Amino acid sequence: MLSTYRYPKYEYVPPPEMRSGEPGRYPVVVVGAGPVGLAAAIDLAQSGVPVVVLDDDDTVSVGSRGVCYAKRTLEILDRIGVGDACMAKGVSWNVGRTFFREEEVYNFNLLPQPDHKRPGMINLQQYYLEQYLVERARQLPNLDLRFRNRVVALAPAGDGATLEVETPDGAYTLAADWLIVADGARSAIRRMMNLDSEGRVFLDRFLIADVVMKADFPAERWFWFDPPFHPGQSVLLHRQADHVYRIDFQLGWQADPEEEKKPEKVIPRIRAMLGPDREFELEWVSVYTFQCRRMQKFRHGRVLFVGDAAHQVSPFGARGANSGIQDSDNLCWKLGLVLAGKAPDSLLDSYSDERVFAADENIMNSTRSTDFITPKSRTSLNFRNAVLTLAGDHPFARALVNSGRLSVPSFLTGSRLNTPDAAAFAGDMVPGAPMDDAPMHEDGAGFWLLDRVGNRFMALVQVDDPGAVDADLAREFKALSVDAIPVEVVLVSGKPGRAPEGLRVFADSGGRFAERYDSAPGTVYLIRPDQHVAARWRAFDASRVRAALARATCNTI
Amino acid sequence: MSLILTPNFNEPGKRYFRAFSPGDDFYEALIETHRDLSDTQSALLNAKLVLLLANHIGDIGVLREAMKIAREGV
Repeated sequence: MLSTYRYPKYEYVPPPEMRSGEPGRYPVVVVGAGPVGLAAAIDLAQSGVPVVVLDDDDTVSVGSRGVCYAKRTLEILDRIGVGDACMAKGVSWNVGRTFFREEEVYNFNLLPQPDHKRPGMINLQQYYLEQYLVERARQLPNLDLRFRNRVVALAPAGDGATLEVETPDGAYTLAADWLIVADGARSAIRRMMNLDSEGRVFLDRFLIADVVMKADFPAERWFWFDPPFHPGQSVLLHRQADHVYRIDFQLGWQADPEEEKKPEKVIPRIRAMLGPDREFELEWVSVYTFQCRRMQKFRHGRVLFVGDAAHQVSPFGARGANSGIQDSDNLCWKLGLVLAGKAPDSLLDSYSDERVFAADENIMNSTRSTDFITPKSRTSLNFRNAVLTLAGDHPFARALVNSGRLSVPSFLTGSRLNTPDAAAFAGDMVPGAPMDDAPMHEDGAGFWLLDRVGNRFMALVQVDDPGAVDADLAREFKALSVDAIPVEVVLVSGKPGRAPEGLRVFADSGGRFAERYDSAPGTVYLIRPDQHVAARWRAFDASRVRAALARATCNTI
Repeated sequence: MSLILTPNFNEPGKRYFRAFSPGDDFYEALIETHRDLSDTQSALLNAKLVLLLANHIGDIGVLREAMKIAREGV
């Protein structure tokens, strides 16, 4: 088979514990250097927390695996420093087309709105994402990335966990105040702790093939129900980087996975799809089944589960890696505050609550997609085909076509970290909402809102004229930034201008912020470090901001 | 009143943040209603469902329009 990618081999370095013979102790140890574990380690390390990452392998993911990275994930990757690398290599797309038998019945645009920095989705082979994350991790002096370090035993305790780690040189002991478990769907740590992940197994098999071809397919997602080249089943086509195309064929439960993986079996399937004249080469093939399941809770004392170790979904909708990276996004700022002694450890229960809610939403959506794509009864198939038949002419049926509801972030509306609204607001930026992006200016230079918020609490205060802000009020704003948990106040205004006390001003020249946040002079948004709305008001009141901050960090008595 | 052919599902009191959610809520409930039924039982359920919904709609002009579209291409 062809290879467009050269897998890096990361060197094993004997850990300091092996050299000294002394067990090490670290504030945070992450198990697993996949996209989720690496994202968490980078997020913590860049905020000043020393982290050790243990991985039993010495390279990146083999095969394309997770290929679709959603807008929200790209925003998080921006925050941890790899967004641009992923964008440069990946294939951006917003349009998806759905075919039934020979006809296109429906297409969608993931991002019908203008003025967002990132597209709805990019396609990028998982190995590239992991490589960029490893490169980023290696820039951080307080991030110790240890390859070929396999955890073989674990003893959780009240104040952390002790790990037995095996290396090519033998075993050593490592203690962690907090353990982040990111070792995937078959999590060894989860098994060592006798914890279950429960849910539904789907009796179906899918073949994935990475195919290299110099084709001129547009950068779109194409999905076929019951196509003539693969009757009775579904097929999905995605373009990835380096002229690699990813094709998923539904095979049915009866298929023999070993047999189906053989090139002599795979190549005719692809030829039937692409036509006899198209030249292509096979790069990677795999057959998979899937489950939708999750752990009851993602926090067990000092052990925190993230990504596939905590929850699994069917692949339709790209909700696996995307949701895992959002787990990390939700967890890291909370763990940072707990480690700094600025929040009680109950804040980490809100990690579990918020991400269990998100996992349930992801499982629900991906299960619905799976049931639509692979109907389990004659009646279900009839309804599915009736929807597809009506979809060509009737918009209501188009909205029911479900070939995967592509990963979007959860609105954490039920979270106890939110302060409920006391005034009326239009739009979707409710407490718990993931922030919408908007183009802004500061000192004459343009930037994207989401590039300048996050990593700390912020209050965005809308004013009519920044120059007219009263100096006493400005000092009240500044006072928030020297609290135990600082809140940086930034003024948002339709007009540019200088504010007193050196307060920063984001100029919303195009009015997108005002529109998307239903913001008017006086409006205040309290923003969490993970770019979710914590609270909002129609007028500034420092005591209400402090109360909402206390609530968002579990510091209320 | 003519037959509504644009997306029209909603549930009172429920807030949706994604356009696909109300339709998917309905579709899941529809498939769930048929769970564990034989094909014959499902056909009977569907017939009853059509009658119930038809009576609810009431306007026979609208129903004729729906029947015409449903018949097309079958």
